[in-house]
Amino acid sequence: METRGTTEAELIARVLAGETQLFHDLIRPYERMVYMTVFSVVKNEAEAEDGAQEAMINAYRHLRSFRGEAKFSTWLVTIAINEGRKRLRKSKNAAEESIDAPAEGEEGEFTPALLTDWREIPSEALERKELREALRIAVGELPDIYRQVFTLRDLEQLNVEETAQALGIQPGAVKVRLHRARMMLQKRLVPFLKTTAPRRGRWLGRAL
Amino acid sequence: MKLECKHVWENISAYIDQTMDAKLREEIEKHLEHCEICSAVLDSTRNILVLTADGRTFELPVGYSQRLHERLEEELKKGGEVKS
Repeated sequence: METRGTTEAELIARVLAGETQLFHDLIRPYERMVYMTVFSVVKNEAEAEDGAQEAMINAYRHLRSFRGEAKFSTWLVTIAINEGRKRLRKSKNAAEESIDAPAEGEEGEFTPALLTDWREIPSEALERKELREALRIAVGELPDIYRQVFTLRDLEQLNVEETAQALGIQPGAVKVRLHRARMMLQKRLVPFLKTTAPRRGRWLGRAL
Repeated sequence: MKLECKHVWENISAYIDQTMDAKLREEIEKHLEHCEICSAVLDSTRNILVLTADGRTFELPVGYSQRLHERLEEELKKGGEVKS
């Protein structure tokens, strides 16, 4: 089956016309995106993997309802978000006495950490595993509404409109939440960078 | 007009995403030229975004893709048809 050079719209049409095997090729570019999206909701690897599989199967079953008003990728991400939310509700119901989630502060100050004696991250610092680990943890600890927007925008590189559509919120809310997420992460990560970055002179070059 | 640092921080995301009008952008750029603190905020935030987009930071579970396609294959074989 030759699929090279086949457009996405053609692939979809052919899957619907009965060449169901082509569904494998259709979703291949979005495997990562769907996993990361479900993970941003459920925050658990096994649950995210199972949810991603389920989301892809749902996409297959409902492919006929994809009308092409949105991009196929946005449509998939929306399915992934819904699958994640469904799983989250289930696990919350399963918990005997769910503690009410703390109000996810929509208010409060979102100011960055200020650096007075340090300015640039040497590019080799960005190569360190510990830093990536610290970032993963910090993202995991963001309040849900911020983590989801951050994942879709800065990890999966969806635009503001697509993110708003997938999450069912206004574009303005996407921008506000993204800004807050970034400031929270900056605050969390900067002290880490500061203490682990080797002391070096400025002349070694600018940050990325 | 002179911008306060706080005003720059509030707009740092819009600055990075280039979603602000030219006039404010210019003011922020002027401010950044002489303000080390705000430049550091900008640099560190940008670095976090670079790290985030780096495929090694958020990784897929090993074998994820293979398991996904195996499960899909089962589904394709089982029903075959897409719902109408």
